[in-house]
Amino acid sequence: MPFGNTHNNFKLNYKVEDEFPDLSKHNNHMAKVLTKELYGKIRDRQTPSGYTLDDVIQTGVDNPGHPFIMTVGCVAGDEESYEVFKELLDPVISDRHGGYKPTDKHKTDMNFENLKGGDDLDPNYVLSSRVRTGRSIKGFTLPPHNSRGERRAIEKLSVEALTSLDGEFKGKYYPLKSMTDAEQEQLINDHFLFDKPVSPLLTCAGMARDWPDGRGIMHNDNKTFLVWVNEEDHLRVISMQKGGNMREVFKRFCVGLQKIEEIFKKHNHGFMWNEHLGYILTCPSNLGTGLRGGVHVKLPKLSTHPKFDEILTRLRLQKRGTGGVDTASVGGVFDISNADRLGSSEVEQVQLVVDGVKLMVELEKKLEKGEAIDSLIPAQK
Amino acid sequence: MPFGNTHNQLKLKYSSEQEYPDLSKHNNHMAKILTPAMYERLRTKETPSGFTLDDVIQTGIDNPGHPFIMTVGCVAGDEETYEVFKELLDPVIEDRHGGYKPSDKHKTDLNPSNLKGGDDLDSNYVLSSRVRTGRSVRGFCLPPHCSRGERRAVEKLSIEALASLSGDLNGKYYALKNMTDAEQQQLIDDHFLFDKPVSPLLLASGMGRDWPDARGIWHNDSKTFLVWVNEEDHLRVISMQKGGNMKEVFNRFCTGLTKIETLFKERNHAFMWNEHLGYVLTCPSNLGTGLRAGVHVKLPNMSKNAKFEDVLKKLRLQKRGTGGVDTAAVGGVFDISNADRLGFSEVELVQMVVDGVKLLVEMEKKLEKGQSIDDIMPAQK
Repeated sequence: MPFGNTHNNFKLNYKVEDEFPDLSKHNNHMAKVLTKELYGKIRDRQTPSGYTLDDVIQTGVDNPGHPFIMTVGCVAGDEESYEVFKELLDPVISDRHGGYKPTDKHKTDMNFENLKGGDDLDPNYVLSSRVRTGRSIKGFTLPPHNSRGERRAIEKLSVEALTSLDGEFKGKYYPLKSMTDAEQEQLINDHFLFDKPVSPLLTCAGMARDWPDGRGIMHNDNKTFLVWVNEEDHLRVISMQKGGNMREVFKRFCVGLQKIEEIFKKHNHGFMWNEHLGYILTCPSNLGTGLRGGVHVKLPKLSTHPKFDEILTRLRLQKRGTGGVDTASVGGVFDISNADRLGSSEVEQVQLVVDGVKLMVELEKKLEKGEAIDSLIPAQK
Repeated sequence: MPFGNTHNQLKLKYSSEQEYPDLSKHNNHMAKILTPAMYERLRTKETPSGFTLDDVIQTGIDNPGHPFIMTVGCVAGDEETYEVFKELLDPVIEDRHGGYKPSDKHKTDLNPSNLKGGDDLDSNYVLSSRVRTGRSVRGFCLPPHCSRGERRAVEKLSIEALASLSGDLNGKYYALKNMTDAEQQQLIDDHFLFDKPVSPLLLASGMGRDWPDARGIWHNDSKTFLVWVNEEDHLRVISMQKGGNMKEVFNRFCTGLTKIETLFKERNHAFMWNEHLGYVLTCPSNLGTGLRAGVHVKLPNMSKNAKFEDVLKKLRLQKRGTGGVDTAAVGGVFDISNADRLGFSEVELVQMVVDGVKLLVEMEKKLEKGQSIDDIMPAQK
């Protein structure tokens, strides 16, 4: 059981009203859920590694709200955060993940054979396809909380696992702190390089500490499989390629992840997972599959159609600009991906993307010919 | 975030080498002093409020070095930090404050009648005069570490103390979080408003947390005396006015500070002070007097003279641009202030500024007339 957490206990000298954050100008999931009473009830708790309520919510206190996106406003510092602070996190999860209940079970399905189709999206419209997810390694605390020793141990394990991959996954690891200028330039040109987070959503949660120590990038020789180590999560895994063959992207994604997981398990450090929350990640928004499967697709006509957003909602998809989250689309090219993470499996989510994008390309073609699309508007998935 | 000491205990499972930061690319006082052996000895310690070694040094790890200024790279989280971590902080203090030894005593002198002259600096050259310092309120943790409850308590005490000032010091408090647009604009126009820190030196140590809760600005009606509450220190006190009457500025500074200190003492919360370190502040660079007295002065000729830097050094003065630290001079106007903080009293430091600026203006006038300044070069003070 934990040793006394001195600073947290010290704060208990102050009344709840004095310590409760001012959330009057805030608009994020944490601020919607956290009341003074709830704060008073759980503020004396800590996880076994010493993560406290104030640690969980600090990023939401410091970042009142995002103009385009309802941010989560809280993070986990370790696997146990989701249990110790469930009174806060369960309602946040429910709010964020379409009513997901504390009793619900999440289904994991990483069997790429279960995906139907997905190899024939029209590359005249679908410019590129990509699937990403995150993974946390059991036995270590998460990026908001981990020490240098833990982060380095994660890096060491990751490098071992990743450099032992072969075949199409054979590749190289580039630690951020000892990259040459040439390597850096190449990684930037390939759009692989991640930089020290500047978003206050991340820095306020402590994720940028000790940068760039323990951080790095691995990619395969073909540049179609990429792993980020110790950025916002222990691992971020990305499979990508030009064109519309999402099936191939997803296959590589599943096979690669499985190989990596096996190696970690051999070292007694499997991935954090449970049957309620699926894969455990730093941000509650990424629980479940942690998966974002998406394409860059040309939809100049459909995107200006009054029913565009409604179609996306019904297809359970979301749009972003081609620079990623918070960017605008350029030249009618959109990033279209699954909106859900928790409560449906990997296969189901990628299926939604595949089917949905196929339909949207059809709608685009109709609009090009001046035809109506009303009869093809889908039902709510 | 590394603010819990349960976490500090957890980190002890990792060897000291595994936890020791990579300081190979670093250039700050902390990085020059800290060694693996010292890290090992100090990492098990914590102050009574739970501030740990990693808390002290985090800002120095995250900010390897400043191009123009040798930064300190460590901060205090409470008064006891300077005692518990003296093995690190004493050498840092010695390095930063010109060889100040652990056994040295610091002299405090806030008696303005001890200042000789200072009321006749030529206002054709000296555009404005200013004296600032910081104060920490005993019984509370410092900005890198304090909780919302503590910060609000410091604010409440400050408001009470400042509201009881009268006469030339009669004024008003503006809380950052409920300022009107009009008030904000006025404070900006007066050059009084401080904003959320953007410097990573400050943010990495946790001073931006919960912004703008419990932060505010107080100033007197004549706009010559200003107090910042809960920015980088509990209190920052500033006396300023146009022109070269530094004596008047220093008078007001001492009178105001003494009154404020009396009011705090009456409420059983004196300022943090001891006979070795003088006034205890968040950054080791501000120990002693915490005082920076300076002028904005026109020195277009002198500043281009080859001997300018040498003269400043001999006078124990430093130059900055008129935007403050890290800015460039505009139109030959420089911010000239005392370089020292610790080991000299307030009166001694302001005397150096008064005497030094008087000499610099003489030199400027000589250079204007095409005369040499060699015969009035000062000795090392």
